[in-house]
Amino acid sequence: MKSDVLIIGAGGAGLVSAIKAHESGVKVRVITKEYPTRAQTTMAQGGINASFGHMSEDSVETHIANTLKSAHGLANEDSVKYLCEEATNAVEWLDSIGVCFSRTADSKIAQRTLGGASAPRACYAQDYTGLKILHTLYDRCLALGIEILNERYLLDFITNTKDNKPYVCGATVLNIRTGEVESYESSSVIIATGGYARIYDKNSTNSTSTTGDGIAAAMRTGARVSDMEFVQFHPTALKNSSVLISESARGAGGYLLNSNGERFTNELAPRDEVARAIDDEMKKGEDIFLDIRHLGEKFIDNELPQERKLAKLYENIDPVTDLIPIKPVAHYTMGGIEVDSTSQTKISGLFAVGECANHRVHGANRLGGNSLLELVVFGKLVGESASTYAKEFSSEIDSTTSHKDSSDFIESIKGIESEVDFYEKRELLGDVFYKNVGIKRDEKSLESALKTIKEIQAQIPRIGLKDKSKIYNTNLTELIEFRNMLELSEAVLVSAIARRESRGAHYREDMPNEDDKYKTHTIVKNTESGIVPDFME
Amino acid sequence: MKIRIKREKIVEYEVDLVDATLLEILTHIKTKQDPSLVFASGCKSSVCGSCSMRVNSKEVLACSYKAKDGDFVEPLKNVPLIRDLVVDMDKAYQFNFKAKTWLSKDSITPVLSQDDEKINEIQSDCILCGSCFSACPVYSVNEEFLGPFSLTRVWKYVSDKRENDSKSKIDNIQTNGIWDCTLCNECTMVCPQNISSKSDIEKLRSKSAMAGYTDPNFGGFGGGFGFDGSPSF
Repeated sequence: MKSDVLIIGAGGAGLVSAIKAHESGVKVRVITKEYPTRAQTTMAQGGINASFGHMSEDSVETHIANTLKSAHGLANEDSVKYLCEEATNAVEWLDSIGVCFSRTADSKIAQRTLGGASAPRACYAQDYTGLKILHTLYDRCLALGIEILNERYLLDFITNTKDNKPYVCGATVLNIRTGEVESYESSSVIIATGGYARIYDKNSTNSTSTTGDGIAAAMRTGARVSDMEFVQFHPTALKNSSVLISESARGAGGYLLNSNGERFTNELAPRDEVARAIDDEMKKGEDIFLDIRHLGEKFIDNELPQERKLAKLYENIDPVTDLIPIKPVAHYTMGGIEVDSTSQTKISGLFAVGECANHRVHGANRLGGNSLLELVVFGKLVGESASTYAKEFSSEIDSTTSHKDSSDFIESIKGIESEVDFYEKRELLGDVFYKNVGIKRDEKSLESALKTIKEIQAQIPRIGLKDKSKIYNTNLTELIEFRNMLELSEAVLVSAIARRESRGAHYREDMPNEDDKYKTHTIVKNTESGIVPDFME
Repeated sequence: MKIRIKREKIVEYEVDLVDATLLEILTHIKTKQDPSLVFASGCKSSVCGSCSMRVNSKEVLACSYKAKDGDFVEPLKNVPLIRDLVVDMDKAYQFNFKAKTWLSKDSITPVLSQDDEKINEIQSDCILCGSCFSACPVYSVNEEFLGPFSLTRVWKYVSDKRENDSKSKIDNIQTNGIWDCTLCNECTMVCPQNISSKSDIEKLRSKSAMAGYTDPNFGGFGGGFGFDGSPSF
């Protein structure tokens, strides 16, 4: 049966929009390549910003000012204003559906300081904030009886044309369990598939599933994608495993130390600055550590229980008595699908929200605590906009061609003789990106990475499957994910090469200053000769 | 080290990784030795609940278990097998729906103290990995048992000060619910988040007793016999 709103992705952004669309009275269907509670959102630890001022003086205005400062001129002021003004409503709504936020002694939602914030603003649930928010949203979806289909992998969006204008009317997916291509027709589609930081492979805090599938499919369907060169490096991931240690550890007073035990930077500056300071030290040959020993066992167990567990498990050290070895790795991608003020893309009926979308609220560098906030505030907005659109939708839907194209695509992959091992290439891509498109880049490093990408792309006709079975073939889904990441890698690189300046997370060693000429968004388009960049307001 | 994995047949792999998690071993096998091996994974940091499986007959998260020579790896129990180490969790998760694991009504002005929040802090740490579900022996006799993670979730909401209709939640778990548990504690032993569903079920039992419910396995007309006909004590 056709739905009114089809949502691809069941992380925080997908589930909030599902709840809001359902409440608008339309038929909602959610599709995920995993299960809802396995999404990247579970890994958000630090908190969600809202200027309640429960711990000390705070205001919406300072939240806006901090966000804009960190965005380095690339955020849209109206969008940021909307985000920050809606923040307290968003958190109160989460509280009303049962999120177990940590509390203060006077029974208010507790707040803590994250980098770049002038006040303790992040509401949290120990260091399990994302986990507890996502599970509560999932429970809310159960209460409302929202249909969620698990283990369906997005292939492409179904579009039809009217008066020479394309409009979306569903999506084709691979049912991972059966190996069959399925078409889901819908009056509107919301993309909520997350970011693309897994391009960096093991050099990322992200889940292995954060492969940017929705952004790549949106690009293929003709939607515009922007600001792809802005990739945030989280200053503190565990050195050996890239597992995230929350910024709240520094917010609570944790220090960054070099091999001599010396502090070398302001630990609570925005993430781009802290990551660069660490990078400078590491290039001098220093090992870098996070020190939270002085916070004491009681505090650590109360506020940072997950961090202690992760450090013990993956680094064999106890943060109560030991220094935590860390390094910065890719963590969050600011770029994404271009949307208007109703979260709609260039394609009618195709909406986007969460990390895959570019609502222009993070600009060149996202503030900690603003990503969970974004998915609630804009999830609500997009759920309502897509419902409004769907209610007025009256065009024909014909999914025959798209279904055939997707089936042919799967068959074509299965027909390729496997001469080149994509797992090896995936690792290569990650290492080249970490080294050449990392915390610092320059023209030479970027051009060299682009050359590598082009070489791998040229090998695609020889990259096939070693496992050709139908049922739950992850060799197949991982190959399609890899191909999506290759497409996005090119978009990141052409954007990074075109932006001949340094701004926020995009730091060019050959052009270390901001240049007003580039105080504008990088748009990339898919053309016959490849992906080309353009700048516009 | 040698690792044996239960697939269609039991397959032995030799991997030279030191101090590695089982997930690292499985990823190594898939990307370097045998791409046809199938398992689920996600966060690699024990919070997404994807990579639960059994090692030497005990449930673990592959990402937080350090593999040892001779380990025998199997999929979870009590859930349909899809392929290799991947199981279908749909029906298991459906028990959350049946158990109504949500806040009944939106509360407009929730005021929770620090103590109120601590009541169900540990229950809200659940990652739905399904380890408890796999370890639970009740499923061999009652496939409709609401099960450990769903009942922990019910306790999470029943004990929440914002819940204003805990009575209907209690009413809903009397059949195929709290009284079907044998209190064997297997769920507690395998939980990666240190949650004890057994003790949550005990708390739900006392709450039920306060609401006037009695243990159907005791007294009554049927005599002192449990669901499987064996005497209950």
